Amino acid sequence: MTTLFGIPIQALLGQLLLGLVNGSFYAMLSLGLAVIFGLLNVINFAHGALYMMGAFVAWMGLSYLGLNYWAMLVLAPLAVGAFGIVIEKLLMRHLYKLDHLYGLLLTFGLTLMIEGLFRSFYGVSGQPYPTPQALTGATNLGFMVLPNYRAWVVAASVIVCLATWYVIERTRLGALLRAGTENPRLVEAFGVNVPRMISLTYGFGVALAAFAGVLAAPVLQVSPLMGSNLIIVVFAVVVIGGMGSILGSIVTGLGLGVIEGFTKVFWPEASSTVVFIIMAIVLALRPAGLFGREK
Amino acid sequence: MKLHTITAALALAGLGVAGLPAQAQGISDDVIRIGFITDMSGVYSDIDGKAGLQAIQMAIDDAGGAIDGKKIEVISADHQNKADVASARAREWFDQQKVDLLIGGTNSGTSLAMAAVAAEKKRPFISIGAGASDLTNEQCAPYTVHYAYDTIALARGTGSAVVKDGGKSWFFLTADYAFGHALERDTIEVVKASGGEIKGTVRAPLSTTDFSSFLLQAQASGAQILGLANAGGDTINSIKAANEFGVTATMKMAGLLVFINDIHSLGLQATQGMYLTDSWYWDQSDQARAWSKKFESKVNRKPSSLQAADYSAVAFYLKGVKAAGTDDPDAIMKWMKSNKVNDFYTKDGYVREDGMMIHDMYLMQVKTPKESKAPWDYYKVVATLPGEKVYNTLEESTCPLVRK
Repeated sequence: MTTLFGIPIQALLGQLLLGLVNGSFYAMLSLGLAVIFGLLNVINFAHGALYMMGAFVAWMGLSYLGLNYWAMLVLAPLAVGAFGIVIEKLLMRHLYKLDHLYGLLLTFGLTLMIEGLFRSFYGVSGQPYPTPQALTGATNLGFMVLPNYRAWVVAASVIVCLATWYVIERTRLGALLRAGTENPRLVEAFGVNVPRMISLTYGFGVALAAFAGVLAAPVLQVSPLMGSNLIIVVFAVVVIGGMGSILGSIVTGLGLGVIEGFTKVFWPEASSTVVFIIMAIVLALRPAGLFGREK
Repeated sequence: MKLHTITAALALAGLGVAGLPAQAQGISDDVIRIGFITDMSGVYSDIDGKAGLQAIQMAIDDAGGAIDGKKIEVISADHQNKADVASARAREWFDQQKVDLLIGGTNSGTSLAMAAVAAEKKRPFISIGAGASDLTNEQCAPYTVHYAYDTIALARGTGSAVVKDGGKSWFFLTADYAFGHALERDTIEVVKASGGEIKGTVRAPLSTTDFSSFLLQAQASGAQILGLANAGGDTINSIKAANEFGVTATMKMAGLLVFINDIHSLGLQATQGMYLTDSWYWDQSDQARAWSKKFESKVNRKPSSLQAADYSAVAFYLKGVKAAGTDDPDAIMKWMKSNKVNDFYTKDGYVREDGMMIHDMYLMQVKTPKESKAPWDYYKVVATLPGEKVYNTLEESTCPLVRK
């Protein structure tokens, strides 16, 4: 058997694939953060809590209303996205003129409230969520057995990420969005309702988080703390990729997932730290991040 | 000679001063105050937490809410899984709130910190939710009682049962912190002593979300048994991933610290057939069922072993206060170390000189979805593990208080 650093190539291929699966979650979450930061200039700390809400809404739909995974994959992002729009209309819009820190504080407070509410209703042990029938089972790839559901996670996330990138960077709607944040008064003069556009953008970013939450429900523990476990890593991904860079967050998310996967083989104890070590190095060499542009 | 006489006289006088009030002491400050410090909001709050507080309140109510006309009170606090928060609060309570008994909930780090404060203040401390065997070994103290379970009992219970069942080769998935290391160490010892072998270990950082990579490593090792030396959310996530990646098809899982709430969260499909050791199960006897029914009417779910132990420990203490007619710490410690615990939680349990409450533990196997008839009907009690065998012996104890 061929080996690399004493580990069979097959095993490494397996870890590479697992890294991509985790990277898909990072990519989707950091993409939502990047969209919100890039277009609204808000550091959305509530992203983890909204991701958790996505998973919980999926669970609620299944256990209270009997709605299956596929229905919730559409409904949960819509519901949580609508909730995001309410937050934006009621609270966030008052802070755009102030420093970034106020948005961060507001969303941090929201995180504590949302998590606290779910914790007091559902406890912390988490709720079981079955893998949808069509995706149970696993495929033997020769070098590893890949659960079908994980393959679906990678596919779904890549499609969603690319579609988002395309809409924002390559369509007229995306151009309006970008222009709206650059110079809202001028865009308004063209007859575009900028406040509504911003609300919808925030709602979309939030819906992305909820979508990731639904994807995560069958593989991770659906618990009120699931978001806070992930959000710090995702922030690190955004910082490494460059704040607000759409493509940067997708590529970095996937890349860091892979690096973390390999760390789990060669030095398991460091696997929760490696992302932050990379962040420190990147910040020292390129303060704006790998794909960011210095302003 | 003269100096000796004076010294002797002073010593006698001292004894008299110390001895007299003990007789007439009764209840200090006219209230019996119990302090309860546990994880109220974090990863361990389901297995103890607010429902544990409810269990303590039930014990107080069942004791009539007062002893000899002196009110019994409970105060509680959240230690947020931080040892410094726990010890600062314990200190404040002993000094200012005149707490007569301190109960320590989940998390070994916080319990070790509180035990030190209680020893310094010379007040009784009963640790319930903590697992570290250090509480009654290296770090034992005259005022500490370790009530529900410890890592040695878990290791001996599950470890030896699994090896006996044919699970000879093990791979450990260990949480990378003190508790995980202790559990791994104690279990490896048991596995080797019973003739098993260790194929490898991997140490995953605490609160890892994705365990699939570690599980592939476990699978590649070719071991028969996957020993889970972790707790709470880590256990849940590793079991979930083990099922997904088909690890359970080739390996059997042994949960070294699993509570019924974890099983409830995972569902029987994912956990069926798993062995685990616990101190108590709500369906183990008529008495246990009767108490659980009362508990469920207040909390809306079945009690964990820790919540049952919360009740049992407080009831035991209050019985002591009533019998001794005082809440004087030394008198109560003496009473607790010379009387047996007999209630729905355990039969003939006794507190040893090192502070360990020796009582029977149970080896459980998780039922299959077919075998389970009702919600929370999760375990088959496979074996009763006699307390004398499952805990370490006084000869093995490294507690300095033990006279050998």
